[in-house]
Amino acid sequence: MSAINIIVDGRTLAVEENATVAVALLDAREYAFRTSVSGEARGPLCGMGVCYECRVTIDGVPHRRACLVVVAAGMRIETAAARA
Amino acid sequence: MTHTLRECDVLVVGAGPAGMSAAARAAESGARAIVADEGVAPGGQIWRPALRSSSPVVAQRWAARLAGSGAVVLRSTSIVELRRGANDGWLALAESNDGGFQIAARSIVLATGARERFLPFPGWTLPNVVGIGGAQALLKSGMSVRGRRVVIAGTGPLIFPVAASLARAGAMLVVVAEQAPRHKVLRFAAGLWRSPALLARAAAYRAAFLRTPYATGTWVVAAHGEPAVQSVTITDGASTRAIECDLLCAAFGLVPNVELARLAGCDVAEGRVIVDARQATSMAGLYCAGEPTGIGGVDLSLAEGEIAGLAAAGRQADAALLGRASALRRHAAAIDEAFALRAEVKALAKPDTIVCRCEDVRMRELDPRWSARQAKLYTRAGMGACQGRICGSALECVMGWPADSVRPPTQPVRVSTFLQDIQSAQSLPHGAH
Ligand SMILES: Cc1cc2nc3c(=O)[nH]c(=O)nc-3n(C[C@H](O)[C@H](O)[C@H](O)COP(=O)(O)OP(=O)(O)OC[C@H]3O[C@@H](n4cnc5c(N)ncnc54)[C@H](O)[C@@H]3O)c2cc1C
Ligand code: FES
Repeated sequence: MSAINIIVDGRTLAVEENATVAVALLDAREYAFRTSVSGEARGPLCGMGVCYECRVTIDGVPHRRACLVVVAAGMRIETAAARA
Repeated sequence: MTHTLRECDVLVVGAGPAGMSAAARAAESGARAIVADEGVAPGGQIWRPALRSSSPVVAQRWAARLAGSGAVVLRSTSIVELRRGANDGWLALAESNDGGFQIAARSIVLATGARERFLPFPGWTLPNVVGIGGAQALLKSGMSVRGRRVVIAGTGPLIFPVAASLARAGAMLVVVAEQAPRHKVLRFAAGLWRSPALLARAAAYRAAFLRTPYATGTWVVAAHGEPAVQSVTITDGASTRAIECDLLCAAFGLVPNVELARLAGCDVAEGRVIVDARQATSMAGLYCAGEPTGIGGVDLSLAEGEIAGLAAAGRQADAALLGRASALRRHAAAIDEAFALRAEVKALAKPDTIVCRCEDVRMRELDPRWSARQAKLYTRAGMGACQGRICGSALECVMGWPADSVRPPTQPVRVSTFLQDIQSAQSLPHGAH
């Protein structure tokens, strides 16, 4: 297993390559992926692209489903925590 | 934007076990077959590429057979709409990372699988409350659970492989709560002697999490914690207890993905696509296989996929294959009966519990006299990003509201795909041949 660096809310994290963004964030104890319309913190539910609860901003593109995107070296991720 | 159209004899939508066997059998029968899946690789929910464990032998066998069959595999490609094409064929609107395109096919096999059923309970929206299959999917994409306290609360045979995976990955699996009553689970287990392979599989899974109690007749009441789940309350109806945990896996069985079939006009009853013995739907040229015709597990999905792939290519399945499928269907019916949802789990939401997670609609905002359509209009429940895939099947159980009709496209599509669709609707009203 080799590790690559990604940037989560400005912080550099070493994560396993081939992991999904959802898994990289959960393993780094980042649980608040998005903020719901009434202000609750939300994270992955279905793990398979159905629920849209895992949405984060990836390389500037908002609303990407973190459970469907595989990490890449240098990838920049913004979670709800950054926007709070 | 370039206008692209691909043509084939058989288009298979979904490359889980059902779609893989359908595409392989169709291509081996001489049909030009394309199989499209929105995932990064074939395998579906059960065989999705696993980071930390190797695929089972059957999975490797079907992967090799598909690869050798000549069928074209389109990865990361969603089919978002189906309509009638020229010469009694079909036209599918596809979306990939590079944009939208169309696929004209003589016949189509829908092998779109299933998703989990989630039911609202206080605290179900907390981070680290995930599905049971959801936990499996996250594990397979590399999630680490070593040393973490995990509770599973839900129903059905899917609990077994997931509990086993969690335990093997080093999680401290505290308790597994199965809502079905003990006598039904025992009767189901006793029936397994008729299928020794299934019995052996179940026993091997149980052996992997033997130190964890498997509590039947027990269900989740609420999850608590801040900012993420820290404990869960479970009950057996008589007594209630709180259990500390870092991850709660809670889901209530599987729901067939019938949106595309509905959109294409296929008859659907009780949430399942109606098919005949050849897996043909009510629409000519449209076949359906695997979970959309009813939840039956991987072996039934494979068998139905084979039958559908042959039929779509104009071939007849042999008696042995048809017999295998009907035996497996009896097993599926036994699962439905044993793990039917108890009334209590459909009534867990309190007035202030969120029922629609995309729009944060709470239970007290819903009027039992409404329909799903009215709930959408008055509260936006079901109007969010998931398009009702989570709350729609929840409200079907909680309120008794049948799913609302499907409008194309079946999932949020990109603007470019949509424009392409509109353009082609003007220039190619009946498809292109
Ligand atoms: C999250 C989850 C995890 C599971 N884990 C296990 C497990 O570990 N062990 C087990 O025995 N069973 C598991 N199951 C049960 C499993 O669904 C079946 O055993 C089996 O995978 C069913 O095969 P299938 O081909 O019918 O459907 P699926 O495997 O669900 O395959 C359907 C495929 O269709 C694709 N698809 C759907 N709609 C479209 C579209 N519009 N366009 C393009 N592609 C589309 C999906 O991406 C998917 O790959 C799980 C189920 C779920 C929901
Ligand atoms: S976890 Fe449900 S869409 Fe990503």
